[in-house]
Amino acid sequence: MGKTLPTIHLLVTLAWMLLAFWMIFLYAPQELTMGEVQRIFYIHAPLAWVAGTAYTIVFLGSVIYLWKRSPLADELAHAAGEVGFIFCSSLLFTGPLWAKPVWGIWWTWDARLTLTFVLWLLFVSYLMLRSYVSSPGRAATLAAVVGIIGYVDVPIDYMAIRWWRTQHPQPVIAGGEGSGLEPRMLLTFMVCVGAFHCLFSYLLAQRFRLAKARREVSALRRTLATRFSED
Amino acid sequence: MRSLKIISAVLVKDLRLEWRNRETLASVCVFGILVVFLFNFAFEPGREESLRQLPGLLWVAFAFAGVLCFNRSFALERENACLEGMVLAPVDPGLVYLGKMLANLIFLSIAQCVIVFATSLWYNFSFVPSLKWFALITFLCTVGYVAVGTTFGAIAANLHMREVMLPVLQFPVALPIFIAGIEASTGALKGDPPSSYMSWIKLAAGIAVIFVVLSYLLFEYVLEE
Amino acid sequence: MPPDTPPHVRAGLELRNVSKYYGDLAALMGAQLRVGPGESILLYGPNGAGKTTLLRLLATLARPSEGEIVFEGRDIRQHAAAAKAAIGFVSHSTFLYGDLTVRENLEFFGTLFALPEPEKKIAAALELFTLGSRVHTPVRKLSRGLQQRVSLARALLHEPTFLLLDEPFTGLDAATVAALETLMRRLPDTGRTVVFSTHDFERGAALARRLVTLEAGRIRYDGPVEGRIQESGFRIQESGRQTTQTPQS
Repeated sequence: MGKTLPTIHLLVTLAWMLLAFWMIFLYAPQELTMGEVQRIFYIHAPLAWVAGTAYTIVFLGSVIYLWKRSPLADELAHAAGEVGFIFCSSLLFTGPLWAKPVWGIWWTWDARLTLTFVLWLLFVSYLMLRSYVSSPGRAATLAAVVGIIGYVDVPIDYMAIRWWRTQHPQPVIAGGEGSGLEPRMLLTFMVCVGAFHCLFSYLLAQRFRLAKARREVSALRRTLATRFSED
Repeated sequence: MRSLKIISAVLVKDLRLEWRNRETLASVCVFGILVVFLFNFAFEPGREESLRQLPGLLWVAFAFAGVLCFNRSFALERENACLEGMVLAPVDPGLVYLGKMLANLIFLSIAQCVIVFATSLWYNFSFVPSLKWFALITFLCTVGYVAVGTTFGAIAANLHMREVMLPVLQFPVALPIFIAGIEASTGALKGDPPSSYMSWIKLAAGIAVIFVVLSYLLFEYVLEE
Repeated sequence: MPPDTPPHVRAGLELRNVSKYYGDLAALMGAQLRVGPGESILLYGPNGAGKTTLLRLLATLARPSEGEIVFEGRDIRQHAAAAKAAIGFVSHSTFLYGDLTVRENLEFFGTLFALPEPEKKIAAALELFTLGSRVHTPVRKLSRGLQQRVSLARALLHEPTFLLLDEPFTGLDAATVAALETLMRRLPDTGRTVVFSTHDFERGAALARRLVTLEAGRIRYDGPVEGRIQESGFRIQESGRQTTQTPQS
């Protein structure tokens, strides 16, 4: 039982990712203006959705931890923070890869990219806090507070940055997400969103399992220490 | 009312401590002025450019002055484990937060006055024509910033990397406040009608309320062991 | 609480199977301890045994990793304010603001504890610890012994039912020690409890009626002081030194 579920999860993930990549490169039609490079959109945009999902899990885990003091909730939040960070970093990485060939610039502070960077900073600060607090109990509580405040801040950031950009408009680097996506493109996009979420969930589960194992080792160490002190 | 008594006790305590050695005020004011001074070398202050750069410059100075202020606010509590002393008391931790937040608001506001004065002098720019609106905007945004900064200051106080962690933690969260402050100030200083930047003012006010309430609710978790 | 609850539970502070972990370190494990009013308890054990952790848990400064802390029959978290109003804690940290005067510090804590007649209580505390002449001195300028006296005054200001003292005799001058000992002898007779830890077993045993020994995070003994002294083979290892209490004849 211990090995079956993760293996199935892995196989499903691999299959879905393969399907997604097939669709990206062979199924989806070529985009009119941007050419082949546009296909990066099918990776870039779903990554954004996953980063958002990850941070939402961080938020939910944080709330549940403060409410119920459940170590599981804390470990879930931590795992989501770490895996979310990877996805968000990939998001920041693929952005310029797409921008440079198509628009000739590596980066621009348009609304979406700015918000992406802020989200990345939120992940970074969350993880840095966790590693710099020495006591694990305190790390969990403080990280939960930071996770909650950060998450509440995201819609506020979104509003502020959008307004800021409407006051100082710049060429928008990517068309709206669902703006005029032809049916085959839309299907590819949805499959990719699913595939990346599946990958995220697999990595999350692995990371969560690792945290659980660490907790059990910790408990064992404590029991051992007890045995020795019993003499 | 008992809650008000507690808040004012914490506030008065912080003000009194500051009055005894004035370390926070001095360092925050000097630091803010230094930022403005350095900017002088980054940009050539002609009239048109000044208008465009000033709000941004001011808020960068405010942002970093704030970091100093929030760090110090909890540094003095650490000396004899004074924060724990307050945990021992049967008071709502949120009230301790409000008291410290108000103290930081006062300190940062004083520093802001000094910074604005220095800027006005060095850039030959008069804030007086737009003073009413500029002051309102700055005050509202500062309330929001101090609300966030006090909470993160308390969190960062637990880490030996606190000087680095405080800006890392609070700048992404405080960003909308800075944007609102800069955009609204630009409008006010240019002499635009208030209706053009009213939405920024409303945003700043909304942020202030949200973060004060959120911090008030969460502060007990920041204080506990 | 059921009506037939014995009075000592009704007014008591209790650790129920409490463990406290700091990462992999188990500072306290499976602690069961009931403290009632009018008691005088010596907490004894070598360094690192968990005495400070236990006191901090009772003082509501630390939250347990496992188990629960009970005050007046209910989980302490459910009525934390009532518990804190009934507990006073003195530790190595004084919890005092160095740049504020003695009076300002006491007034501040007086407000936090919502004292009904703050001026009277502060005056009484100042007199009890003979701090009258230092009232307007910043705490930072006082000697360690005097600072501890102010800290004791702070802890007793709200007349707590439970006074918890973590190594209170360390670094004190003779006069303060004498004043403290007198206080500790008197308190249980007024229905209040003193729980204190110390390295000085003789002094502690002379003051306490009940002994709780801790070793490596576990409570080893909980009972009358006299009984323990009379048992043979009572040994505590303390940084290489062995102290043997010989049975009294």
